[in-house]
Amino acid sequence: MLVIPCPYCGPRCEIEFSYGGQAHIARPEDSAAISDETWADYVFLRDNTKGVFLERWVHAHGCRQWFNVARHTVTYEILASYETGAKPPKLDFVTQV
Amino acid sequence: MTQSFRLPEGGLIDRSHRLGFRFDGRDYMGYAGDTLASALLANGVHLVGRSYKYHRPRGILSAGAEEPNALVQLGEGARSEPNLRATQIDLFDGLRARSQNRWPSLNFDIGALNNGLSRFLPAGFYYKTFMWPASFWMKYEYIIRHAAGLGEAPRERDPDHYDKTFAHCDVLVVGAGPAGLAAALAAGRSGARVILAEQDSILGGSLWSGSGETIGGEPVQEWIATTRRELEGMEEVTILTRTLAYGYFDHNFVALVERVTDHLSDRPAALPRQRLWKLRAKQVVLATGAIERPLVFADNDRPGIMLADACRTYVNRFAVRPGKKAVVFTNNESGHLAALDMAAAGINIAAIVDLREDPMGSASERAEAAGLRVVPGSAVVGTGGQRRVKQVHIARLNADGTQALAAGETLDCDVLAMSGGWSPTLHLFSQSRGKVRFDADLGCFVPGASAQAERSAGACNGAFGLSDCLAQGFAAGKQAVKDAGLKIGRQAGATPRAGNDDFLPARWTWEVPSDKPSGRAGKAFVDFQNDVTANDLKLALREGYQSIEHVKRYTATGMGTDQGKTGNVNAIGIVAAAQGREIPDVGVTTFRPPYTPVTFGVFAGRDVDGLLDPNRKTPIHSWHEQAGAVFEDVGQWKRPWYFPKAGESMSQAVKREVKATRESIGIMDATTLGKIDIQGKDSAEFLNRIYTNAWSKLAVGRCRYGLMLNEAGMVIDDGVTARLDDFHYLMTTTTGNAAPVLAHLEEYLQTEWPDLDVHLTSVTEQFATATIAGPNARALLAELAEGIDLAPQALPHMSIRDGRVAGIDARIARISFTGEMSYEINVPASCGLALWQALMTAGAKYGITPYGTEAMHVLRAEKGFIIVGQETDGSVTPIDLGMDWIVSKKKDFVGKRSLTRPDMIKSDRKQLVGLLTDDPKEILAEGAQLVERVLPAPPMPMIGHVTSSYESPNLGRSIALALIKGGRARMGQKVQASLANGGTIACTVTGPVFLDPEGTRLND
Ligand SMILES: [Zn+2]
Repeated sequence: MLVIPCPYCGPRCEIEFSYGGQAHIARPEDSAAISDETWADYVFLRDNTKGVFLERWVHAHGCRQWFNVARHTVTYEILASYETGAKPPKLDFVTQV
Repeated sequence: MTQSFRLPEGGLIDRSHRLGFRFDGRDYMGYAGDTLASALLANGVHLVGRSYKYHRPRGILSAGAEEPNALVQLGEGARSEPNLRATQIDLFDGLRARSQNRWPSLNFDIGALNNGLSRFLPAGFYYKTFMWPASFWMKYEYIIRHAAGLGEAPRERDPDHYDKTFAHCDVLVVGAGPAGLAAALAAGRSGARVILAEQDSILGGSLWSGSGETIGGEPVQEWIATTRRELEGMEEVTILTRTLAYGYFDHNFVALVERVTDHLSDRPAALPRQRLWKLRAKQVVLATGAIERPLVFADNDRPGIMLADACRTYVNRFAVRPGKKAVVFTNNESGHLAALDMAAAGINIAAIVDLREDPMGSASERAEAAGLRVVPGSAVVGTGGQRRVKQVHIARLNADGTQALAAGETLDCDVLAMSGGWSPTLHLFSQSRGKVRFDADLGCFVPGASAQAERSAGACNGAFGLSDCLAQGFAAGKQAVKDAGLKIGRQAGATPRAGNDDFLPARWTWEVPSDKPSGRAGKAFVDFQNDVTANDLKLALREGYQSIEHVKRYTATGMGTDQGKTGNVNAIGIVAAAQGREIPDVGVTTFRPPYTPVTFGVFAGRDVDGLLDPNRKTPIHSWHEQAGAVFEDVGQWKRPWYFPKAGESMSQAVKREVKATRESIGIMDATTLGKIDIQGKDSAEFLNRIYTNAWSKLAVGRCRYGLMLNEAGMVIDDGVTARLDDFHYLMTTTTGNAAPVLAHLEEYLQTEWPDLDVHLTSVTEQFATATIAGPNARALLAELAEGIDLAPQALPHMSIRDGRVAGIDARIARISFTGEMSYEINVPASCGLALWQALMTAGAKYGITPYGTEAMHVLRAEKGFIIVGQETDGSVTPIDLGMDWIVSKKKDFVGKRSLTRPDMIKSDRKQLVGLLTDDPKEILAEGAQLVERVLPAPPMPMIGHVTSSYESPNLGRSIALALIKGGRARMGQKVQASLANGGTIACTVTGPVFLDPEGTRLND
């Protein structure tokens, strides 16, 4: 059971949160102008990273804020958490953004 | 029965406190401080079970958590619990237990025939025998479950209650042996918040097994008592005995189970039976000790064959003689220690058979000095005795210990104490993802690199001398405090002096050589609980299973509740030898939680029955109850399903409610609909993006129906949203979706459109809602309403106004889910019941009829209105539902782009249609499959399924809605629906609206 640092409330137990998948997936601005494939990529495809992964969490049983977390998918170490819309912190480990 | 094997004095038992207990129908006596195992041994009972596969007689092997044989069924009736280790059951007065795996009795067991048939039960026999044909599996399973199995789960409901608690600490110390006590002292003296968890009922661990040891010049018993007093005096230290740390999870989350009342014969009802501790520790000290290994030789499993240190424990801690005449078989010093203590307790030591050529060490020197007979360079190569070991056969080994020379003498005995060395208890360390490494000198795996904030100390870290244990414990306690980021205030104190003998030197012989040709000797067990022999392991290798993980699964070694406690290292050693590899190259299998089994009750805790999930009731609930409503669960809500009058069936009640609503007036409690208050100057734009239709032009005081999609284009919710003011809207959601819809809205608002000025508030519970529907709805409302013009032009269909109803501030929305003229009257929740009663009283002259969810479903189905979750299942688009009219072509919204993906515009997608059965009396089952034509035998291509199906009183026949491939192109065609009785019925495909398609009734 993880300890997740909510940027608004501080460290809290995983049971207070819900998971939101990969972070920094931009919703296409002009969806009518893009191909079916590009749209399907946005809706359905996500990375399956072995290593540091930038992902979304929501403090569902707390402040109800969405935010992002940098988590190592092998060690489960959480390296950072930051507000939605902010740039990910510089981490040596970050292999993808 | 007398306790004829009890020593006259000594031990940690209270001879003034006699306890009666019953095992397998016979009554015995024991003392407070006994375990079930020690009390049975005090009465001379060794045979306590039959083995799992071969049904061989088995006795008590150990004195702790590692016990693989003495698994008993404890208690009776609803409180009965299987597979408990007799070695860990604290004896209490009136205890009832029985052996497992025997039928019809422990002494005569029909399953023991398996032993004779054992060449037909090799490794992997389940896989081999029961693979094919699949239909036979049922029969095999019945036989297996009847003859074997590990105890029985009670059939009754668990009568006990359990608690859960969350806790945090700076330092968790697991294990209260010498290392754990030292660590807790060092950490506690610094002022840190410490939890010391010990699975045993007492502190001290292995210190109680030995004899004559001192710490700081005083007997160890004194040191334990002093230490306990000091720890209990520390405000920040919590001592948890009878508390098992069963699992080590991510981020230093450790789960513990405290047995609160299991050891009491009188259990206070106020106390939970057990308590689950969900503990987050900044730092952990593992002081979990070590487990002695058996030796692997022919027929090493007879009752009376025990671990050497267990024999010491029974003598020293419990004052019990495990037998009268003992043979000791060892490859290290531990056997000699056991021989010395047994001899001191008056047990005749026939011989110490030592695998070592030249036994050396302080214990063997003392054994020699005591005149005990030592047979070096030799092995036990076989044993005799049916229900108890009677003889052992010994043989001299060749110089390198790989072969037994000609059979030697046979010694009589009733106990064989064996020691194959020691294995640190690495289960928690391994669960924390720490890497283990093999220590060739110690002949065992020890902790390597840590993965989490923990460190090991004492025997679990390969320190087997008492002085080393204490030193490592103190050091680990101090380091843990430092690593927790605390200042070490007061002095941790110096490590007290103690002796430091360990069990070395040893001679590592993973499988004892036999004097008989391969296959002719008795079975040499590696894993007693799973009945795995050395030959099973070698067979698995011959059959191509090379990885130790595969060998484990194929033979079941170290699986299940045993988790390889006694057998793991021997198994790896035997596999390594057979493969000609080194042990580190073979590697270890993964230890899984729990360390020992944990009961389900403790996971449930208080979260059972009404406390599992909230039972949500509306403010009008008490009225429904008095009216005799039958309730159904909708999400967490209790909603009236129908209101039967005396003697009425469900069908009759629903028919009456439906008719009354269409002909005069019905009333429904709609409080449970989700309500979300939306404010902010971008609210209209937000609704535009969330719903499929346009919201910019909705006037203040008007309502609009909306469909909500996910980004994949699938319908996730629907409902009516009203514009209360320029920048103020009230959204309603389906009852079950209120929370998910709010979460969906918040997610888009926060993550995609943070620039929008929109504020969301759940107001579901702030309002109570009564819906009145039917031709007389306006007349009734007119009687009770003030300050509101109900004229059709002033309050047309799909509009909303504030006013007063029955003297209560109300928000009245004229919207309809029934197809009738209908008003939803929203009042403050606290006034809901008053409103309802006023409507019932004033409506009596119209025959106002309360209706439940079933009548509502019929009424809406007659109109072809969908229910999200019934007509939709997460794979249905608005186009599939024929609701193109509500999908904007102009603006963008969540899910829009997906609606033009190639898969979404296929003509053979399932589409919503109506279905009329040829026989108007036949009501289809919801979920019934549809085919074009019935073939003589399956398979037949399925073209869809029934989503809703009712008896319609207004149409005088059955109606159904269905999703059918290319359904809209099939109007007027026949399809065949499956019936519950296995038959089929022809149906005609129609449009989904059965009644008043023009909507004249609701627009009146
Ligand atoms: Zn928060």
